[in-house]
This record gives sequence, C-alpha cells and structure tokens, in this order.
Amino acid sequence: MDCYTANWNPLGDSAFYRKYELYSMDWDLKEELRDCLVAAAPYGGPLVSLLRKPWRKEKAASVTAVLEIYSASACLWPWKSGPVVSLGWSAEEELLCVQEDGGVLVYGLHGDFRRHFSMGNEVLQNRVLDARIFHTEFGSGVAILTGAHRFTLSANVSDLKLRRMPEVPGLQGAPTCWTALCQDRVAHILLAVGPDLYLLDQSACSAVTPFGLAPGVSSFLQMAVSFTYRHLALFTDTGYIWMGTASLKEKLCEFNCNIRAPRSRWCSRPRSKERAVVVAWERRLMVGVMRPRASSILGGLFVLDEDSYLVPELDGVRIFSRSTHEFLHEVPVASEEIFKIASMAPGALLLEAQKEYEAASFGKCFLDRFPPDSFVRMCQDLRVLNAIRDYHIGIPLTYSQYKQLTIQVLLDRLVLRRLYPLAIQICEYLRLPEVQGVSRILAHGPVQQKDVSDEDVARAINQKLGDTPGVSYSDIAARAYGCGRTELAIKLLEYEPRSGEQVPLLLKMKRSKLALSKAIESGDTDLVFTVLLHLKNELNRGDFFMTLRNQPMALSLYRQFCKHQELETLKDLYNQDDNHQELGSFHIRASYAAEERIEGRVAALQTAADAFYKAKNEFAAKATEDQMRLLRLQRRLEDELGGRFLDLSLHDTVTTLILGGHNKRAEQLARDFRIPDKRLWWLKLTALADLEDWEELEKFSKSKKSPIGYLPFVEICMKQHNKYEAKKYASRVGPEQKVKALLLVGDVAQAADVAIEHRNEAELSLVLSHCTGATDGATADKIQRARAQAQKK
Amino acid sequence: MFTLKGSRLPAADVKNIIFFVRPRLELMDIIAENVLSEDKRGPARDFHILFVPRRSLLCEQRLKDLGVLGSFIHREEYSLDLIPFDGDLLSMESEGAFKECYLESDQTSLYHAAKGLMTLQALYGTIPQIFGKGECARQVANMMIRMKREFTGSQNSIFPLTYEGLIDEIYGIQNSYVKLPPEKFVPKKQGDGGKDLPTEAKKLQLNSAEELYAEIRDKNFNAVGSVLSKKAKVISAAFEERHNAKTVGEIKQFVSQLPHMQAARGSLANHTSIAELIKDVTTSEDFFDKLTVEQEFMSGIDTDKVNSYIEDCIAQKHPLIKVLRLVCLQSVCNSGLKQKVLDYYKREILQTYGYEHILTLYNLEKAGLLKPQTGGRNNYPTIRKTLRLWMDDVNEQNPTDISYVYSGYAPLSVRLAQLLSRPGWRSIEEVLRILPGPHFEERQPLPTGLQKKRQPGENRVTLIFFLGGVTFAEIAALRFLSQLEDGGTEYVIATTKLMNGASWIESLMEKPF
Repeated sequence: MDCYTANWNPLGDSAFYRKYELYSMDWDLKEELRDCLVAAAPYGGPLVSLLRKPWRKEKAASVTAVLEIYSASACLWPWKSGPVVSLGWSAEEELLCVQEDGGVLVYGLHGDFRRHFSMGNEVLQNRVLDARIFHTEFGSGVAILTGAHRFTLSANVSDLKLRRMPEVPGLQGAPTCWTALCQDRVAHILLAVGPDLYLLDQSACSAVTPFGLAPGVSSFLQMAVSFTYRHLALFTDTGYIWMGTASLKEKLCEFNCNIRAPRSRWCSRPRSKERAVVVAWERRLMVGVMRPRASSILGGLFVLDEDSYLVPELDGVRIFSRSTHEFLHEVPVASEEIFKIASMAPGALLLEAQKEYEAASFGKCFLDRFPPDSFVRMCQDLRVLNAIRDYHIGIPLTYSQYKQLTIQVLLDRLVLRRLYPLAIQICEYLRLPEVQGVSRILAHGPVQQKDVSDEDVARAINQKLGDTPGVSYSDIAARAYGCGRTELAIKLLEYEPRSGEQVPLLLKMKRSKLALSKAIESGDTDLVFTVLLHLKNELNRGDFFMTLRNQPMALSLYRQFCKHQELETLKDLYNQDDNHQELGSFHIRASYAAEERIEGRVAALQTAADAFYKAKNEFAAKATEDQMRLLRLQRRLEDELGGRFLDLSLHDTVTTLILGGHNKRAEQLARDFRIPDKRLWWLKLTALADLEDWEELEKFSKSKKSPIGYLPFVEICMKQHNKYEAKKYASRVGPEQKVKALLLVGDVAQAADVAIEHRNEAELSLVLSHCTGATDGATADKIQRARAQAQKK
Repeated sequence: MFTLKGSRLPAADVKNIIFFVRPRLELMDIIAENVLSEDKRGPARDFHILFVPRRSLLCEQRLKDLGVLGSFIHREEYSLDLIPFDGDLLSMESEGAFKECYLESDQTSLYHAAKGLMTLQALYGTIPQIFGKGECARQVANMMIRMKREFTGSQNSIFPLTYEGLIDEIYGIQNSYVKLPPEKFVPKKQGDGGKDLPTEAKKLQLNSAEELYAEIRDKNFNAVGSVLSKKAKVISAAFEERHNAKTVGEIKQFVSQLPHMQAARGSLANHTSIAELIKDVTTSEDFFDKLTVEQEFMSGIDTDKVNSYIEDCIAQKHPLIKVLRLVCLQSVCNSGLKQKVLDYYKREILQTYGYEHILTLYNLEKAGLLKPQTGGRNNYPTIRKTLRLWMDDVNEQNPTDISYVYSGYAPLSVRLAQLLSRPGWRSIEEVLRILPGPHFEERQPLPTGLQKKRQPGENRVTLIFFLGGVTFAEIAALRFLSQLEDGGTEYVIATTKLMNGASWIESLMEKPF
C-alpha cells in the first residue's frame, strides 16, 4: 500500500473517484451473467441470481432453473414455481420473487420459504411484464407492469395494500422505461412512452416534462433514480443525458455522449457537492460528474473486463461481475485530506506520524482538546466494519452506509445470517446494553422460529455457535423460556457447559429434579446445596426424602448440612434409611450435646444402644451400655464422695478413686468393668507413684506376681526421683530386663556383672555407654576384658 | 488483618472492611453477627466479602436469610485453589478434604481440585495423559484429571524419618512455618543463669529458598548430622579466609561475601538447634520402641495379635493419636484385624480414653483404616513383595531407593508413581486390582500443532495430585525420584493438604464435647 491514491481518478473540481475490489467472486455461474436475473440487496446485502433462459425461450423448460443466493451463505435450490419476472430484496433482506402470474414468493436469506402474496387477480390473465422492487421509508415496495400496460404497486410488502394505478391515456405498447419513485411519502410511477413522460400517482396520470430538457428527444431509453429518490437521470436514444431532481422541476446538468442501451446508476455521497451518474454500457463504465452551477459535465471512464451489474448504494455503486465484486465511490473528504498531495490536514500529518512511529494513536496529540471518545468510537466502528467485511461474512459496508444503517440493523442482519457468535461478540465489543445487544440478538434469533421443532432449533443453534467462547447457552435458553418454549430451553441448556448457569434457570423453570441431577453431574457441591434447599421448600417432606434417596451424593451432602444446621432432620433421614449404625452415633452425640441431666443422657445412650443392637453392632451396643453404667456410677460417686467424676473415662475414674484413697471402690470398679490385669497394674502403679505412697506401692507389688514385670516399677520410682524405692524393685526385675533396671538405678557395676554373666553383646555395649563417671573406669575395663574373652572363644 | 470472630469487629478507623472466608455456613453466621453489631454504632462502613476459593450460592442465601446480604458492596471470589508452597509443590490446604471425601462423601474438595487442575491446564496447557487410582480420582477425572490415594495409605500412620518429616511430626509444620521451643535458640552467654528465657515459641520459615534446608530437608535424619558438620567446617573455613585476605581487593571480596556467609551461618545454627531437638526425641527409648514396632508391622511380623507395646501405651495413657496410628497401621498391614483383637483394642481405648471416642473409632472404621478381617487372605504381603514396599538394606546416607525416607518402607503412592513412569502400570495390574478403588487411564488429545517431540535429555514432567493429602516423606521420596539422573521424569506435586500422620488421624477424630 505504498500509494493509497493509485486508484483515484480526479473528476470535477475537487472530487476523486475510486474503484476498488471488495471480493473476488466465487460464484459458480454456469451461464453468462447477462442471461440471469440478478438482484442485490443494498447495504452490502446478498445477491441472488436466477437463470432467465427458460422463460425467454419458451419451451426450453427442460433446463431446470436454479435459484442461487450468494454471499451470506451460498444456497441454491431448483426453482419449481412459475416463471419469474423480477427478483429483489426487501429491507429486511427477504427475497421477493415476482412471478409472471402476479404471485410474489417471499423467501428468507437461507432459501426458507416465508410467505406468498398476490399482486391482484387482474394480473392472472394479463401476466406481469415487468416488476420493480423499491425501498421506501415504510419498507419495501413492489411495483408491477401488467400485460394490459397497467401498473399496480404496494408500498410496503409486509403490510400489503395494493394500489392500482390509473390508466395511461393512449398507451398502446409497453413503456420504453419506467421506475418507481417515492416522493413526500407517496410512491409514484414515472414512465416514458417514446418522448413523453408520465407521472402516475394514486389518483391521476399527468404528463410531465423535465425542466430544461434539450429538444429533439425521440425516446427515453433509461431512467435512474438516486438512492434517496432525490435525483433522477434520464437517457435518450440520442445519447443525451438529463440529470435533475426527481420532481423534474430542476435541472442539474445535461450532457451528450455516444452511448446506446446503457445501464445507469447514481453514484454520489450524501451531502457531497458533487453529483455523479455511473453509466455502464457494453464493457465500459462512465462516471458522469456534474458541476454545480455549470451545465457541463465531466466524464471519467473505467473499463470493465466483464459484463457487470450495478447496485446503487448510499454512497457509491457496487459493481459485480462473474469474477469480481467492486465498489466505486467518491473518495470521502477525510481520506482525501489525508492522501491528497501536499495536504496539511491533521489526518495527513497523522499519516506521516504513523509512518514514522508506527502508532496510529500517536496522532491524537496532533489535535488540541480532542475528546478521545470519538477516536475510540471510530476505532471500534472500523473494527466492526472490518469484521463484517471478511469474506466469510461478506457484508461490505462503508462507514457512511454503516452509520445510516445503524448498528441495530446490522446486528439484525447478522442474526438473519445466523452469525450469532459474531453478532454477540460485536455487542460485547461495543458494550451495547443488554436490551439492544445480546438479548435482542437472541430475541430476534432462532428462538422465535416457532415452526421448527425444539430438537432442531437446539441442534441448529449448537451447530452455529459451537463452543464459541463468550456464548452463553443459558442466556439463549432463558430467552426461549421467556418465549414460553420451556422444552427448547431445556434442550439448549444441555449445551451449556457451565452447570453454574444451567441450574438456576432449571430451578426457575421448576425443573428442580433435573436441576439436581445437573448439579450433581457438575460435582459443584455448592450448586447441589442450592438445589437441595430449593427442593426442600418446594416438595413435601416425604417426596423430598424420596428424591434424596435416589441421589446418594445429594443425600450425603444434605446429611452434612443437617449435621450442622438441622439435627432433627438428620435423625429422620437415618430413620428413613434404617441406618441404625448412624442413628446410634447420632444419639451418642445427642447424649453429649443436647442433654444436661444424667437421666436424659442415659436415656439418649439407651436409644443409641438399642440402635446399635438393631445395626447388629454388638460391640458398640455393649460399650454404650457400659457407658450408661459408668455414668450412673460416676453420679453415685459424686453424690457419695464429692468431687468430680462425670465424664471421666473409666481409667481416669479408677485413677481418681485410688488417688482419693478409695482403693476398695477402685478394685470393685475394675472388677465390674473387667479391666485387664495388665492395665490395672499400670494404672495402680502410676496412681500410687503420683501419690508417692511408697508403702502402698510396695504392698501392691507384693500382692501377687506383677503381670507387667517390675521394670515399670523401677522406671516410675526413678521418674519420681526415689532411687531408694527403685532399688527395691530392681532386684525383682526379670533377667532379660535386669541390666536396664540396674542402669536406671545407677548401679553400673552390678549391671556390668549381669551383662557379663548373660554374655550379651548388646547389653555390654549398653552398660559401656553408661560408664561415664570417673568411678566407672574399673567397670569399663572389666567389660572390655569380658568382651576380649568372649571373642577369644 | 484480623481473624474472624463473633460479636463486634475490632475498632479501627477504616472505611472498608473485607471478609476473606471459606464458603462455610457457620462462618456466614459469624460475619452476619459482625455486620449486625457494627451497624449500631459510629459511621457507616463499607463491607465486602471475598470467598476463597469460590463463591457460594448457599452462603449468599444464608447471608440473605440473616438479612445482611445487602450490606455487602462487593461479593466476589478469590479463586485460590492451589497454593504454591515450593518450586515443585502445590497444595489446596483444605484440612477436611480426607474426612469429607471418605467419611462424608462430600465432594466439595474434589470439585475444587478439579477446578484447580483446570486452572493449571489453562496456564500450562492440556495434560495429555492422565492416570488415576481410586474412586475419588475417578470422580475428579470425570469432573476433569490425576492420581490418588484410596489405598488408604499405611505410610501415613508411621513415622517418617526424613528431616522435614520429623520436624513436621514432632513440631508440626503449618503453612511452611514451624514453631519450636525457644530454649535451644538462645545464644549462650556467660552468667546468664538461664533466667529470662524467651517464652514465645521460635517461628521459622522452612522452604527450599534456604540453601541449607533445601539440601537436608529430604535426607534421612541419620544423614543430616554429617551434612551439618561438613557445612560447619566449610563456613568456619570461609570465615578464616579473612586472615588470608591481604590486599584491599581481597578484603573487599571477602566483605562482599559476608552477608551470604552470615546468612549461611545463621541458617546452620538454626538447623543444628533443630537437629538437636529432634535428636533428643529420636534417641529416646520410647521412640526406638515405637519405631521397632512400626517396622515390625511393615515387614509383617506379628500383625495378627494384640501388640504388647500398644497395650502398654494405652495402659500408660500415651496420647490417643499415637495409639490410633499404631492400631491403624497394624490393621492395614494385616488387611484388617481379627474381630477379637479389634474389639480388645477398642475396649481398651474406650475404657482408658473415654466412651465418647466410640465416634472416632467408628469414623476410622468407616474410612477403612480400622477394620475386622473379612475372610479372604491377607493381601498386604503380596502388595509389599510385588511393590517392594519393604527394603531391608537401606542406605540412609546415600540413598538408592525411595525407601530411605522411612528407613526401609517405600511409600506406596510414590512406588506407584515410580512404576508408572517405568515400566508402566501394566506390569503390576494384579496388585492394582488388590488395592482398593479402580485405576484408569485417560488421554486428552492435543491439537497436532501442540504435540511436540521430547528432545533427548528433556525431562518428562509428571504432575501428581494427591487427593486427601500428602506427607512430607512422600514429597521427599518424589523429589528423590526427580533427582535420579536416569529417572527422566520430573515430578510436580499437588495435593489437597500437606499433612502428617497425626494431623491426618486428627482430621478423622470427633469430639462430641
């Protein structure tokens, strides 16, 4: 892009015209373009083509005509209805096919049949000779010329009111050319019969003469009305062109050229000083530019490679042929300012700056006090325009067309093309409010297609949207639900990957059970809880529990919830499941938490024990009964002895009794609860040592042979720093622990003797490691000697 | 920053108050109490609430029911799923994960694990291959994922013998900080009769950023001493250097190294003190006895009868957790205990520690840690032999196998990971079937553009996700595998909670009052 201006053609005083390629056409035309009926919708709309031949050469019907729609989505289908006279697009981008019998078939962008209407019974006999589809501020209109040379028009096809135009006096054959005009909100027909022009409105037919028309016109061949119906161009057989206002009351300019059988379109920018007409003939294209207040005209010539069609746009002409699709327009002032040679406009400086610094936004500082929002908005608009111009999308809008069309209409058109993700992305990019943006898209979107089955709509939406990031199936589903299509909403939710979005809507739609299984599927416990609490309020208790029963994960979660929040419900749940083990645990907990009085606690424990029996957990039941026994006993002890016994473990209870000197009771308790001998001995030993009741301890040690040996006695005495007592027991320690015991009481020498006697290497090392004091030198030597001796053997 | 407490908020002259909370209902009640008591006095404050790691509809409903939902200007979530603890270690730090999954069938933490993994994938790309073991892993993989312990790990009940493992077992590492008794850390001064010892616990941060710690953390404790003394020599030699520094340049160079050397000396002093503290414990007779019993169990000796050491522990009322760990270990190593033995233990525990522990015992049974032998044969020996869980000759100083972390026992989970990378699980199908829970393999196809051939010498990275928790010993073992030169696999560890045997069992305990 070294030279932006390479394709600029100067025309007139101050304007440049430029023609550039939008797309290369990829349509699969089998016939020449001139053999087809072609129509293109304005504002970069779709194209349609239909082979004209079969009706031209009457009995060649063996060739099946194929109707083809391009650009939005290539779709084609064989044409089965009657011969088509004219094709056109409505403002809503519906395809209107005017048939010879006056029937008009309306199709959607995807070739889906929408509706059918007739242009009047009269036409049935007379056939339609010609038809025009035109756009007014109310919508799109259709005008037909019948075989009886009468005109009928409807200014708005979506609110069909047929108006039969008055007869043109003395009209014998078909008019040489005609067009529909729209002035002061009323649609007219302007027709030329030879050198005469007539204007038809609802009530009358009046002959008109263009102001300042050069004399000598024998026939008008063509007339072109501008996009806004403001201007009109007339072509005569002599190559004379008259350009003026559509009212014919003012002439802008006129000029002569040598063109025959032209096709012409207006090509001018709104508010431009320049007016231009593009005239195409054969393979040439002439841009006729008129100069204000001057009657001369300049002609610029472009050569076309192929037969082409011209589509008038707001600010230019789209030209398409078999292979290319181009746009011809007057270069906008802003571009002109930027690229004109030696321009000093801010834009031009900016361009220079951008070349230097590679940063477009750098230029902002070239303008003083320039609010950034319009810069930002422009960047956004450009992005949008670029996005929709992409050949996959194929909407080549210019900036002025875009502004005229408005973003809302553009979004609608994207929706029509089922380009939902793009539409939604644009909404989000432009931060459009929900009402205008996403919801609108969805509202206008597929959800409203009532005639299609839920399954199909859901699948179609999914195919279109796929897993596009940022698309919320739940939003669409919510919309569907809003339209009363609950089933569709549920189907759509199937595609929603985020359960967090699925579940709330399902709840709203009162599909709580489905919501529950979705929540469980997701693994998101928070969601499950939410649904559960919802269900709990919605269902009666029995149903709720039944639902839970079928959903183990939900059940365990709900149990968790109840454990912290609703203990009573937890009990009911266990009861329902006959889960006696858990019921037992529940009552155990209750005996601690809920009950203060002994009686209450014992009762709770009794219930627990019963439950354990039912659960066939004999051990737990017995243990619980033991606990009840212990509780009662502790209570009695407190009453009789004072002090605190409640909630001590059995072990601690016995210890407390011993510490309190109630040996008899301790013994009794130990017997009652069958405390194993070994543990009882440990217990007594520890307790007596704590009391430092050495006398009792000795008595105890002699009561019978200790089941735990006597080393613990030694250890415990040493722990209380009573070496004297410890020594008493050291002698009674069994041989295998004797060394240890002797070392504990500090009798290294004797320990050495025993170890040597045992000939135990490990014991010898142990003793040796204790030989630290100065007095132990002899002992150490003794051990070393014994070792040496052992080794000799 | 304050911890969440009931009643009024601490007075402070601030406008904005932000609550960081786990989405739990009981916390909502506290917050509501805070907010309600706040409104009555003084200027209005703005409240915000940040849920970690996820917003909860349930909690918001509760706030709404309590009439305070409107008081919060922002209700957002702070998606803190996996908290990086070290270069190769991520944890969710959700204490209750094991209990929730195995006792209460509450999958909340599994869901968060899956979410966390999704985040990892979003950041580092799709994980192409997923292997898993266990029911919960299956669920996480269904929701998304990697690997898991359902084979209720015996390794948790025994004492790890790595340095870090021991610190954790004895003093408890909380969020990479450890609190230690202060006595050992007081610089010894003359005439300072040890009167005013600091009473506050010494708090140290432990992670691989500390050079010395990185070196010794995963070593068997028996090898730590020699490293420390070597280090001490190096450092004092370095300090001696100053006498050799003659020229100004040399002195300058020496001085520039000073901060580093001083840091090294400080860190050495700390770890020497810690090592001393640990040594006091590990050389005690009780520790030795316990270790002996554990190792006997692990190697399958006398696992089917009442163990007299456990009996004695109960009789002397040693901490309940210690007893429970030993009993559980015996049960696991024996594939369950004989009903008679089990009932005996249970009775002893109930009588000694109180009947309320019947709930805890039931929890342990429910989690499968404690169970009666149900016919069949004892599978543990098969598992032990096939997976080489017990190694008799362990080189603690220069380990060659992961079993060094427990001085003989190779953690099952880590052995599985090791076998997965080489030669693959197919070789141990049989054992995998014995271990509880299904094992599975999933592949997530990568777009062809993203598939790349590993360059020779480039290590495969394996992310191991321990659902339910991971111990420091397992981490040490995995780090050991990463370092093996011919291993070819680098391990990144993720888990629901860093834990040790004590905190694990503790999470399963229930105190009704």
